Amino acid sequence: MNILLLILIIPALTILALMFSKGKEQARLVSAVGMGLQFVAAFCILFAFLQERASGNTADMLFTSSYVWFSPLNIRFDFGVDGVSVALIVLTAIVTLAGVFISWKMEDLAKEFFISLIALAMGVFGFFISLDLFVMFLFYELAVIPMYLLIGIWGSGPKEYSAMKLTLMLMAGSAFLLVGMLGLYFNSTGAAGQHTFNLMEIAAGGIPVEAQRIFFPLTFVGFGVLGALFPFHTWSPDGHASAPTAVSMLHAGVLMKLGGYGCYRVAVFLMPQAASEMAWFFILLTGFSVIYGAFGAIRQTDLKYINAYSSVSHCGLVLFAILMLNKTAMNGAILQMISHGLMTALFFALIGMLYERTHTRIVQEMGGLMKVLPFISACYVIAGLASLGLPGLSGFVAEMSIFFGAFEHADMFHRVWTILAVSAIVVTAVYILRVVGTMLMGPVTNPAYAHLPAAAWYEKTGALLLILPIAAIGMAPLWLSEMIRYSLGAFFR
Amino acid sequence: MEGYTYTIWIVLLPFLVFLLTGVSSLRIRPQLAGWIGTGGILTTLVLSLYTAGQYFLAAAPAEGSAWPTLIPVELSWLKFSDTLQVHMGILLDPISIMMLVVISVVSSMVHIYSLGYMKGEPGFARYYAFLSLFSFSMYGLVLATNLFQIYFFWELVGVSSYLLIGFYYDRPSAVAAAKKAFIVTRFADFGFLVGILLLSWYGGTFDFAALTNPDGSGVAGAASATFLGASVLTWALVLIFMGGAGKSAMFPLHIWLPDAMEGPTPVSALIHAATMVVAGVYLVARLFPVYHLSDGPALDIVAWTGAVTALFAAVIALTQEDIKRVLAYSTMSQIGYMMLALGVSGYGAEEGLGFTASMFHLFTHAMFKALLFLGAGAVIHAVHSNIMGEMGGLRRYLPLTHGSFLVACLAIAGIPPFAGFFSKDEILAAALHKNPVLYGIALLVAGLTALYMFRLYFRIFWGEERRYAHAPHEAPPVMWAPLVFLAVLSAVCGFIPFGHFVTADHLPADSHLDVTIALTASGISVAGIVAAMVLYRAPSDRPDRIAASLSGLYRLANRKFYIDEVYLAVTKRVLFNGIARPVAWFDRHVVDGSMNGIAWLTTRTARAIKGIQSGQVQHYALSFVTGAVALAALFIYWLKR
Repeated sequence: MNILLLILIIPALTILALMFSKGKEQARLVSAVGMGLQFVAAFCILFAFLQERASGNTADMLFTSSYVWFSPLNIRFDFGVDGVSVALIVLTAIVTLAGVFISWKMEDLAKEFFISLIALAMGVFGFFISLDLFVMFLFYELAVIPMYLLIGIWGSGPKEYSAMKLTLMLMAGSAFLLVGMLGLYFNSTGAAGQHTFNLMEIAAGGIPVEAQRIFFPLTFVGFGVLGALFPFHTWSPDGHASAPTAVSMLHAGVLMKLGGYGCYRVAVFLMPQAASEMAWFFILLTGFSVIYGAFGAIRQTDLKYINAYSSVSHCGLVLFAILMLNKTAMNGAILQMISHGLMTALFFALIGMLYERTHTRIVQEMGGLMKVLPFISACYVIAGLASLGLPGLSGFVAEMSIFFGAFEHADMFHRVWTILAVSAIVVTAVYILRVVGTMLMGPVTNPAYAHLPAAAWYEKTGALLLILPIAAIGMAPLWLSEMIRYSLGAFFR
Repeated sequence: MEGYTYTIWIVLLPFLVFLLTGVSSLRIRPQLAGWIGTGGILTTLVLSLYTAGQYFLAAAPAEGSAWPTLIPVELSWLKFSDTLQVHMGILLDPISIMMLVVISVVSSMVHIYSLGYMKGEPGFARYYAFLSLFSFSMYGLVLATNLFQIYFFWELVGVSSYLLIGFYYDRPSAVAAAKKAFIVTRFADFGFLVGILLLSWYGGTFDFAALTNPDGSGVAGAASATFLGASVLTWALVLIFMGGAGKSAMFPLHIWLPDAMEGPTPVSALIHAATMVVAGVYLVARLFPVYHLSDGPALDIVAWTGAVTALFAAVIALTQEDIKRVLAYSTMSQIGYMMLALGVSGYGAEEGLGFTASMFHLFTHAMFKALLFLGAGAVIHAVHSNIMGEMGGLRRYLPLTHGSFLVACLAIAGIPPFAGFFSKDEILAAALHKNPVLYGIALLVAGLTALYMFRLYFRIFWGEERRYAHAPHEAPPVMWAPLVFLAVLSAVCGFIPFGHFVTADHLPADSHLDVTIALTASGISVAGIVAAMVLYRAPSDRPDRIAASLSGLYRLANRKFYIDEVYLAVTKRVLFNGIARPVAWFDRHVVDGSMNGIAWLTTRTARAIKGIQSGQVQHYALSFVTGAVALAALFIYWLKR
């Protein structure tokens, strides 16, 4: 059996087991075991992949399988992975497991909560292994729908408004995608001369340039909405603010990566000519959102809003890098997705822990938490330092790859935008250090906070699950970066 | 080559100590963390001294040949592309080994001293974890084989400095100072990074070995391309210098250093006096062949920035009341001196005197400035205050501190035969050779240095004796032993024949004393000391009268020329209120507003037309009949035509 099927079977079985579980203790145990297995499976895939590469397998996609699903339209359940998707699968497994631990104390409808959460994760896993546009789209929708329920039911604040806004905006994005996907299908030439949804076949056959000009912007914007492309990013602050902790983690940590991955794998990979013709326009948009998001974050007072705007900035950098259309920057884009996924999931996990204890997310209402909650505060500082691109943590590697890749373009337009994007690192330092200074340092302002409970074991586990890879990638990035860079070779052939 | 592979432990050991004490900092017994940290750093001290001995003495090259550049360890860390790779490695040459000695000596003394100074502080283990993190980063920085590695550790020393300045994190002033230090240097590093982007793109490599090739082949591409009237090479070097100026607190990026004194005093001695703040000087020295090759104004900018800062900071130091702030401005002034020396230097033999002088001064300054800070720490420890007005007559209570402090003051003032005299003399000689105006400024600063240092000295140890709540007492041995050790070094290390070891082109050179300059400079310094003695040795109202007669100027200097206020206005008005606030408003009201507007429009349209789907049959029938009749009419009309 194909090893990749494991990462669809395990969540499916977990969901099944959850349906028969009783009470919240059982539900969370089942989820933890299921996602723990998923975690192991993801690493097995990673090692199997590396071993295969080491043994000299140079195919673009490894572990490929194909099942006919609907032959009249040539829809097949095709899957396979390259270095990029393997890296993102591991990321998803890590974030999901951490999310389960963080939701350990979920009280209301715990069973249903975990079912939706794992269904969401399953959609993401399926998306990353699919090589068929149609199936990819299907998994994408599978991930978005549980999100609506998760925010609408378990959320806080104006949750109906936020859930509706998020879902409608993402759906509008998928409408673009659907058109783009059909456009690709009807302009494709498969191996046997017929139309095809298979990514690799479409890429090999090529899409006529006239069609690319129409469908590239559609797909790029469609995925861009999910990747927080300015000006379609406003679902993100409200959505995150209302979402429960684990959902914010999965959403910002993983689901937003679908946008970047889609832009790379579908929009740019299948339509390279249109991409290079139109890149300038989207570089303007994404470069702008890098700075815009950073400045937006400075004025926010709610921790989740700060993080949401910071995500606009960081995810803007992902799309910015993809549009540079060279190996170095694209490598940086993928690294940035992984780094941002880990770090932003960590942020949301910590914000959840703080909120549970202090019942506020307003920075100015907290103070001196370092003294009261040393573990959580130290983790927050680490997350902040990763976010502002400190060497030794993952963000630095990603940002540097992006900047040096973008700088390979020697013309004034690219240079100026690159330098503007670099300047965002200063602004990032400002908003991160303001939060750290106000919220964690200083005297304890609220006497009620003097005796907050310390982090529990499940909270520590969740946080450490995310911190360790951040540090590991930051200190020894070579293997990961080479694994990704090798796979990008397919793009430049 | 393989003879030096053990140097990797100089870097790794503090890192392991950091991990160990950092992870266990909440549980470990504080004293144990202190001993682990101190043990680790003393091991690196031994290794560093051994390296220096092996390199400079045991394996010295034959007479007249150059000091070798060795890379005993080099790993591939990240590949940006097939050609542009990042290495992490260890580069040994005269200046990196000199820095190893400086860092290991000062850091060891600070570790030992802190065992006493920080005793009983909450967070003692955390303190030692951060000190180890700093030592690791600083070692990594000076041993870097390439620009990227320097930048990597450059940011890490920045964050260690941030963590240590903010060590007393429940004090709002410490938090603000830490934040300011990080953000100002980060802003400077933005320039540094763009400089690296430019230099590495044109040079195709980060490695110093290729970039600093004296024949210019490494940077030929950047030298031939031009941008806005200057070569790209000049731009890149000026931007890199911006990073160096930020770290080394050069005007106008200096504003963080005085505030950084909020950190514990031993930290100020280590980071903000002897090691991290000279990283900017080290950076320029490391890239010196490139600076020298660029025929643009890059080196002149270095020289003038140094000169202006030296004078500016010396004037401010005269008017400050907090002893640590006086020392902070003094540090700025002395680093300005080092930059000035680099800026006036040439390459090779006699021309390269400035380079040697700069490194020499870096070395001697590290010793006596660390001593001054540690001495100030002992004083603060004794009287529980930083303010000079609350001190006086302490020489009788703190004899050891007093003696070592006096040695340091004499050394920094440039009185023979103490260390500062020799290095300052070389700087003055190099400045005179290049530009008499710079020489004049340097001489003036030498006088001012003597004046403000002895103002400090007399006001602490002489002057009117205060009523102390507790009789001040001498520090414990773990604190005074480092003082005495550094005092001995400050007294004798001027006799090291530096030119033999450290030159711009690695060829040994003879250094000799320029007698005229030596006499002029010492004369001016003595004049400064005498002036300080007249004004401050015995209590009098003379200083106040002078300050009053110069009221405008005095206030200007006392308020640090209002540079902080300018920065505050720019960040508050322009960045926060001018950009960030409109952006946040725009996003919520225009971008999100239009999304909500679309949603609203959809609902309104739906509401407006939903009447059509009323569910009432007679409405449908009416519409049907009307439509049918209208169509029929149209059809008939069309047929008739």
